[in-house]
Amino acid sequence: MSDDESKSKMPSKRKPTLPPGAKPKSPPSRPPVRPGASGKPAGPPGKLPPGKMPPGKRPAGPPGKMPPGKSPAGPPGGDGASGLTRKDFTSDQDVRWCPGCGDYAVLATVQRLMPELGIPREKIVFISGIGCSSRFPYYMNTYGMHSIHGRAPTIVTGLKTSRPDLDIWMITGDGDSLSIGGNHIIHIMRRNVNLQIIMFNNQIYGLTKGQYSPTSEVGKITKSTPFGSIDHPFNPIALVLGAESSFAARTMDRDPKHMKDILRRAHDFKGTGFVEVYQNCNIFNDEAFFEYTEKATKSDRAIFFEHEQPLVYAGGTKGLRLEGFHLEAIDLENGDWGVEDCLKYDETSRELATILARVYWHEELPQPFGVFYREDRATYDDQVNAQVQGVIKKRGKGSLEELLAEGDTWVV
Amino acid sequence: MSTKTVERLDEATVLFAGDSGDGMQLTGSQFTLATAYAMNDLATLPDFPAEIRAPIGTTYGVSGFQLHFGSIDIRTPGDEVDLLIAMNPAALKVNLDRVRAGGTILVNSNTFEKRNFDLAKMDSNPLEDGSLDKYRVIQVELTRLTRETLKGWDLNQKEIDRSKNMFALGLSLWLYSRPIDPARRWLAKKFAKLPLIRDANLELLKKGYHFGETTEQFVTRYEVTPATLPPGRYRAIQGVQALAMGIVAAADKSGLKIMYGSYPITPASDILHALSRYKNHDITTVQAEDEIASIGIAIGASFGGSLGITGTSGPGLALKGEALGLALVLELPLVLINVQRGGPSTGLPTKTEQSDLMQAMYGRNGDAPLPIIAASTPGDCFEVAYEACRIAVKYMTPVLLLSDGYLANGSEPWLIPDPDSLRDFNVNFATKPNHKEDGVPVYWPYLRDEETLARPWAIPGTAGLEHRIGGLEKEDGSGNVSYEADNHELMTKLRAEKVQRIQQEIPPMEIFGDEDADLVIVGWGSTRGAIEAGVTRALNEGHRVASIHLRFINPLPSDLGKVLSKFSRYLVPELNNGQLVKILRDEFLLSFEAMNKIQGRPFGPAEIAARIAKMAS
Repeated sequence: MSDDESKSKMPSKRKPTLPPGAKPKSPPSRPPVRPGASGKPAGPPGKLPPGKMPPGKRPAGPPGKMPPGKSPAGPPGGDGASGLTRKDFTSDQDVRWCPGCGDYAVLATVQRLMPELGIPREKIVFISGIGCSSRFPYYMNTYGMHSIHGRAPTIVTGLKTSRPDLDIWMITGDGDSLSIGGNHIIHIMRRNVNLQIIMFNNQIYGLTKGQYSPTSEVGKITKSTPFGSIDHPFNPIALVLGAESSFAARTMDRDPKHMKDILRRAHDFKGTGFVEVYQNCNIFNDEAFFEYTEKATKSDRAIFFEHEQPLVYAGGTKGLRLEGFHLEAIDLENGDWGVEDCLKYDETSRELATILARVYWHEELPQPFGVFYREDRATYDDQVNAQVQGVIKKRGKGSLEELLAEGDTWVV
Repeated sequence: MSTKTVERLDEATVLFAGDSGDGMQLTGSQFTLATAYAMNDLATLPDFPAEIRAPIGTTYGVSGFQLHFGSIDIRTPGDEVDLLIAMNPAALKVNLDRVRAGGTILVNSNTFEKRNFDLAKMDSNPLEDGSLDKYRVIQVELTRLTRETLKGWDLNQKEIDRSKNMFALGLSLWLYSRPIDPARRWLAKKFAKLPLIRDANLELLKKGYHFGETTEQFVTRYEVTPATLPPGRYRAIQGVQALAMGIVAAADKSGLKIMYGSYPITPASDILHALSRYKNHDITTVQAEDEIASIGIAIGASFGGSLGITGTSGPGLALKGEALGLALVLELPLVLINVQRGGPSTGLPTKTEQSDLMQAMYGRNGDAPLPIIAASTPGDCFEVAYEACRIAVKYMTPVLLLSDGYLANGSEPWLIPDPDSLRDFNVNFATKPNHKEDGVPVYWPYLRDEETLARPWAIPGTAGLEHRIGGLEKEDGSGNVSYEADNHELMTKLRAEKVQRIQQEIPPMEIFGDEDADLVIVGWGSTRGAIEAGVTRALNEGHRVASIHLRFINPLPSDLGKVLSKFSRYLVPELNNGQLVKILRDEFLLSFEAMNKIQGRPFGPAEIAARIAKMAS
């Protein structure tokens, strides 16, 4: 069956439903229907799929779909602390993402951030798994490795532990890190290896051309789920918090300024800085996050929260207050509530992080963006190397000759 | 005051067998140590169940430790057992077929009672039903003697009964005229913090030794005179220890840091245990969350300029296959140690087999040849580990090192090598651009060394050499992603040719035995001892035969074809259903005959010698 045939057989409107027995409680972990993402099937909208670009038709990035007024922070190509510019971090490779892909915004933001970090370029390493986003390292003029599906956390663990001097960024996607690499992502979280993880979440498999992913909503119509997906999705922030994450944050491709701030914070944090980026796949899952990212609805549907600040949104007209273990939206204009009633967020509180992370595709509450949790604790790489140094200090540098002759020996 | 007669032996094989909880491995290894002190040549074979503490008294809970020692060249743990020490009926039942006719069986007679016969599913008492008539049976009340010895000590029944293996050890040391001091010193150190347990064990060891002297059950005591080994300082070594020390030697000689990633798996876990003690030798160990993670960690370390090593056993090699392919395409140094065990699937986790050779050769997607190097004796594991590391770095390639359960757990006396005698191990990291593009100096990660075809190793932190590598096909030279048809064919051939070039590292083949014979035995891995001992036996019986042994399976030695052409008949013994034999047939189109044993146990020289005799007749 061709792409067009498969498309024609998809329902024009879909009404995804929760699996039996998974009726949303109050508040629901994830409502079935999203405003702004009506029944559009997740299929190729007639454009050429990735990897099938006609020759000479190289996609130019960044895409023109950037919302107005959202130009990235910082002077374009401006000098950074290292004396380098964005251009110094741009490799000579053609960027092969589909035109209009949210990946371009992340790449541009990272390339702009790099010079500001003051890290020598040769000390920076980008390592990825497999998927659209995992092509990222090829486009950075740093050291890099495009590895295999789901395994990037293992490679960065080996690299950082043996080379604590390096500044390592791991690039992954929702399928790469939460499906095939699920085991590794939870273990890197508990180990707390000192590096940054950028997880591009587009809630779809892009490179394999449009199957549902572990973050896709229940009922999603895709090529592999023509009657709607059954799988209950992961909530990535809640997942990593459950896996003992020490730094968990969420940002979006359509807000480069916020993204840059969050990435910088992840970088400045000592430990595994996990950043989930909502990234639009305009080919297979277009507009998946538009209710949170587009001007018309963003203000009401997204909340950008900060440490030690009250949870307010909608231009200060609404807020979130804690009612028992749940958050509820309050109107700050009708005279019943004031800013002082809003929950003052504390990113060092695991309990608050858990509560806020559970505000996830909620019909009545805005989707949170910001640093959910931060916990300063010893990193894996530091501890491993401290242990090695400790043993050397205690026993002295090992001598091969002595080792070979240790224990019971006899002379013939 | 001894009135016993002393009989001199050239060699002897002793097997300690009992419940998993009876401490048979410990008893065996202490007997081994004493034997090393008695300057005999030796080889050992621990044989234990997969269950940690299987139900007491059952046949599947029996743990054994076999030791072959002598004044002659000892190459295997022995064909047939001269003395079986059976701590219970199940141990006797499981191991009886290994005892030679006329051999001695020492039993703990206190355990020969109905309950234990039922547990071992025996219909009658073998001590009474005549089934042991062709053996010399010595009944010792080990349990009662142990309890009497420790009567009045402040120990509970369990602690007392658990120590009876020391009585058995003392008795067997006496029986073979072994020194008792090494075991004494070991006990004193082991239980230094538990003085009561220490003293109880020492007391039992002594009582067991004296029991041999005073009891009238033994009229003969044996002596095995020292072997004539090459002069030097020796130690007893297990394969797994030798492997770990070979890795330490590689770190020491190369100056590279080693990162060992591993996930616990029998029987490879002991490498992780050994290396985790060597942190002051620039070795870092990571116990990963799974097999895939453990090789990923090694790949990451190698990318950063350390030598990444990972170890596993059969099923783990299957799991690491994809990552191994990545390391191959990245052309980074990496060593993967596979301690083979019985398969497929979980198979026989604690038993030995050579059945992962095909997986090592072909177990990856795509055309993905890798060097394969196999150790042949416990001591050889040291040299093979060192070579694997050296070749991995020199040729910028993952190397597969094959060991097996028999080598890992088996031990032999080892002439301690002089570190200065090891081959040079140089590491050259790239420091500057190696190519010009439009007159501008650039770094090309896949520009190869002419001699080895190795690509350069530029590690993060080196300014100006920033580059990206990955699992997608690389363009020759530049290393850029390339889907170009001719380039893929070229790169596939280059990767294969690079492995082939390792032939220049392989010394000329040595022929063992009669060079003018028609028949040659071709072996690999841990069967070397059995094959050469079998060949020796056959030569002594007047047969004409030779053997050659492969350390490298991939690439095969360049002179192998020439050596094979000297002979006209070929026998390939393997502990599998025929794997090397297929590789050889493929390579040389000669009529190789397979000889296979798939029982989780190594070959014995007698089996090899018998096959040679059969082929000669």
